[in-house]
Amino acid sequence: MRYEKPESTAEAVRLLANEAGLARVLAGGTDLLVQMKSGMVEPDLVVDIKQIAGMRTVTPEAGGFRIGAAVSGAELGENAEVVAQWPGVVEGFNLIGSTQVQGRCTMAGNLCNASPAGDAVPSLVAANATARVAGPNGERDVTIEQIPVGPGRISLAKGEFITSIFLPARPARSSDAYLRFIPRTEMDIAVASAAVNLTLGEDGTVTAARVAVGAVAPTVRLVEPAAQALIGTKLDEDALAALAAACSAAANPINDKRGTIEYRTHVVGVLAKRAALIAYERAGGRK
Amino acid sequence: MNMRVKGERAFKVVGTRPPRPDGVDKVIGRALYGADVSAPGMLTGHILRSPHAHAEIVSIDTSAAEALPGVKAVITSGDFGVPEDSALRDVQDHCMARGKVLYDGHAVAAVAATSPAVAKAALKLIKVEYRKLPHVTDVDEAMKPDAPVVQSGLVHETVAPGFSENVTSYCEFGHGDLEAGFAKADRIIERSFTTAATHQGYIEPHACLASMNADGKADLWCCTQGHYHVRAVCSAILGMEASQLKVTASEIGGGFGGKTTVFIEPVALALSRKSGRPVKMVMSRDEVFRATGPTVATSTDVKIGMTKDGRITAAEARLRYSGGAFPCGTVEMGAQAAFAPYDLDAVRTYGWNVLTNRPKEASYRAPGAPQAIYAVESVVDELCLELGLDPLDVRVKNAAQKGTLSSYGPTFDDIGLMATLEAAKAHPHWSAPLGPNQGRGFSAGFWFNFGGNTCVTLNINTDGTVSVTEGNPDIGGSRASISQMAAEELGVPYEKVRTVIGDTTSIGHSDITDGSRVTFAVGLATIKAARDAIQKMCSRVAQIWGIDEEAVVWEDGYVKPASPNAGDFKPMSIEEIAAISFQTGGPIAGHHEVNAEGAGVSFGVHIADVEVDPETGATKVLRYTVFQDAGKAVHPDYVEGQMQGGAAQGIGWALNEEYIYGEDGRLQNPGFLDYRVPVASDLPRIEPVILEIPNPGHPYGVRGVGETSIVPPLAALSNAVSRALGVRMTRLPMSPPTILKAVSAAGV
Repeated sequence: MRYEKPESTAEAVRLLANEAGLARVLAGGTDLLVQMKSGMVEPDLVVDIKQIAGMRTVTPEAGGFRIGAAVSGAELGENAEVVAQWPGVVEGFNLIGSTQVQGRCTMAGNLCNASPAGDAVPSLVAANATARVAGPNGERDVTIEQIPVGPGRISLAKGEFITSIFLPARPARSSDAYLRFIPRTEMDIAVASAAVNLTLGEDGTVTAARVAVGAVAPTVRLVEPAAQALIGTKLDEDALAALAAACSAAANPINDKRGTIEYRTHVVGVLAKRAALIAYERAGGRK
Repeated sequence: MNMRVKGERAFKVVGTRPPRPDGVDKVIGRALYGADVSAPGMLTGHILRSPHAHAEIVSIDTSAAEALPGVKAVITSGDFGVPEDSALRDVQDHCMARGKVLYDGHAVAAVAATSPAVAKAALKLIKVEYRKLPHVTDVDEAMKPDAPVVQSGLVHETVAPGFSENVTSYCEFGHGDLEAGFAKADRIIERSFTTAATHQGYIEPHACLASMNADGKADLWCCTQGHYHVRAVCSAILGMEASQLKVTASEIGGGFGGKTTVFIEPVALALSRKSGRPVKMVMSRDEVFRATGPTVATSTDVKIGMTKDGRITAAEARLRYSGGAFPCGTVEMGAQAAFAPYDLDAVRTYGWNVLTNRPKEASYRAPGAPQAIYAVESVVDELCLELGLDPLDVRVKNAAQKGTLSSYGPTFDDIGLMATLEAAKAHPHWSAPLGPNQGRGFSAGFWFNFGGNTCVTLNINTDGTVSVTEGNPDIGGSRASISQMAAEELGVPYEKVRTVIGDTTSIGHSDITDGSRVTFAVGLATIKAARDAIQKMCSRVAQIWGIDEEAVVWEDGYVKPASPNAGDFKPMSIEEIAAISFQTGGPIAGHHEVNAEGAGVSFGVHIADVEVDPETGATKVLRYTVFQDAGKAVHPDYVEGQMQGGAAQGIGWALNEEYIYGEDGRLQNPGFLDYRVPVASDLPRIEPVILEIPNPGHPYGVRGVGETSIVPPLAALSNAVSRALGVRMTRLPMSPPTILKAVSAAGV
């Protein structure tokens, strides 16, 4: 196995594109190194992107934030501006692993690991965030929900990797929230999860909403009917019930050691309701 | 010699909380665990494991692995003999499959190589041809007459016809007229319960270093709860005399009963024998889960009759336990323990052991008792609810006491159940208010405790300090407790005593560290060894003073004249006696060996408060209190640690821990991510309340405290959740999906 530490995006792309065998991108390594140790993957080439300029910085851009692909959970958690604008994105990201893992894990890595249960992903989808992808044909911006195509599978072509994630500018009276269900209080994988991103009008009526659910389908899902259930309401009981029903309807989970179809389908609706109420309060809404 | 002790013993060292002698090394990372030693020329050993739950091994071709550069030995079951003794054969077959693989993860071959990378590459080159066989992992399924047979020819004559060959033994305990008893009841409840297999979850995986020389002598370093047992089993499997195998127990990163047998040690010895080099083996976590010894999985029916005023009139339980692919006797302990907390006129328990395609069960803290008492205490709680009775009052009304004929045969001596019940009743926890979706559960618990074989040598060093050598690996602070008892008896400060655990050549046999036996039995032997040394010191001083031995007395750490008539001599301290020992007959040592009886049974009761989220089925443990009889708490910190540790593990069993098998019979969750031991934030502070009802069988009144604490949490949690939801829970673990399903089935 070769280990390369390029100092430019172009060099990283060249290395990845030219490797005949199995190539893997290393950012935090909290998935890759575990998979290598357990023998799940045996790459021929590992490309460490942490030395490339911009990979470890958070930069204001067009009223939003461009977050380098190797920014860790702990670093983003200490960025007061991002936390203020996107508390749901940060809280999802910060749920990954332990304190030690938070020192290294990245949102781009969580996205590219393509687990349906990745904690950083639903909030990014709800945020309408985009990923900037570098590759042999230059750069392109892709919506988050286009990256994973199934458990462990992503849409990136050979030689491509994510260089940054962009969180857009947002209007006043906007906020977001993320909740997951785990059987324990820490150190676990989501059995079901939901992210809600809201913008309120001056009177507290929801004017815009995006709702995403995790761990209940092969990929994280954006649930349009769930968002529609909230828009034009002040999160009254009927709206919340409609939200929960829409999320449960969008769920297409599996039975496995972490939960049953029946359980996940029900609980994803419960989580969406609770996350919506948190986002509403954060956006300045009063119940 | 006379021992002068005035009135009731006032302890000076016993009952205090000095720092443990192994503490600093463990905190700074210097303690040597199983994987921490190396030897020149050492190889690394790895094991190839079955991917199938049940299959015939048609052939194994190791030639390609043997040809790989760096591979120094490859072994299979053919490198071992076939022991005549069935118990030994089971141990060996669990370590290395012979003819058939009996569970997912069963070892089929092993490699010793110059590096882990070479060893892993070699495993991939071993070609095993399997013929898959139908498998069964569920205890009730395995009993059915048409179930796949895990191993045939093992059925004991006690088993009635009508079952599959997987049912290997049957037992029965109890007394009295059940029919007449149930006829007197105002209310009878009969329910069935299941519990999942759980793992001890010790942090340190099994690890060892084996070195066998060309002359047949061997050394083995390993993490174990009993190195004499390791010596006995390994020397028998390897065809050696016990004296030629020296086993040293490393520091141990948790055992809880799971390190009372061998898994990799005979394999490492065989690899060393074949390669002529030292071989180190360290299990991965995946291997620990798949191929060591979890608990039994159980299925139990309980029927209890009660009068309106809360007197139990009759009780019976049918217990079906599976300890995996080999016979085990754990169901007998469950059947004996089930009704132990009760004074009953009519009681009967029936137990069946059942083979399944799972790894062989090993001990885990009070093996067999938590599952049985969970079922019994759940039915008692339901009767209390239905009859409108206080569950604590009902336990008091039916409590076993001194003189009670126990449900399993013996008549109880001094026992602490009533004292723990009274303490629980008086504690503010029992009457604290509860909020919405909250419930309070109560359960009693019991464990037999054990004494057994022990050897202790106590040397009086020439500077007057004391060295104690004993043979039981320290899994709960026992070195501190043993030093305290030696210091107490000798009248010297705790800091003057150092207790070490000898290897198998440095002191005689000691039984495994299990059965909550060490503080009791090794403590007893240490006290007796100290008395032996005291006798010798008295004799030396009498000789110096030129008076009869009868004319000296031992008091407060000094030899003194027994009375003014004996003469006017200045009392001599241990330091003074030790300093001149070379002139008075040589070094001074006390020794004691014993097969200790009178361990004294142990009772504890737990109160648990929970809150259940009715929308997600998540359970939060809000408050938890443990009341337990310790006889005499030698080191209260470590007694409290045992009480809290058992409760924490029991909460794990109750809420989330389980072996999950797929349709293919393979273990789905061999790791700490999906085998959910509680993390610190899952637990409230667990308040321990120590009761001290002295055990007449120990000089200081000590009872074992290590195991009872895991018995009550299962029912305490299940009763609390059932009361919070208004739905009776009957299966463990009560994972969130299980709880929501029970709620929706009940239509609450």
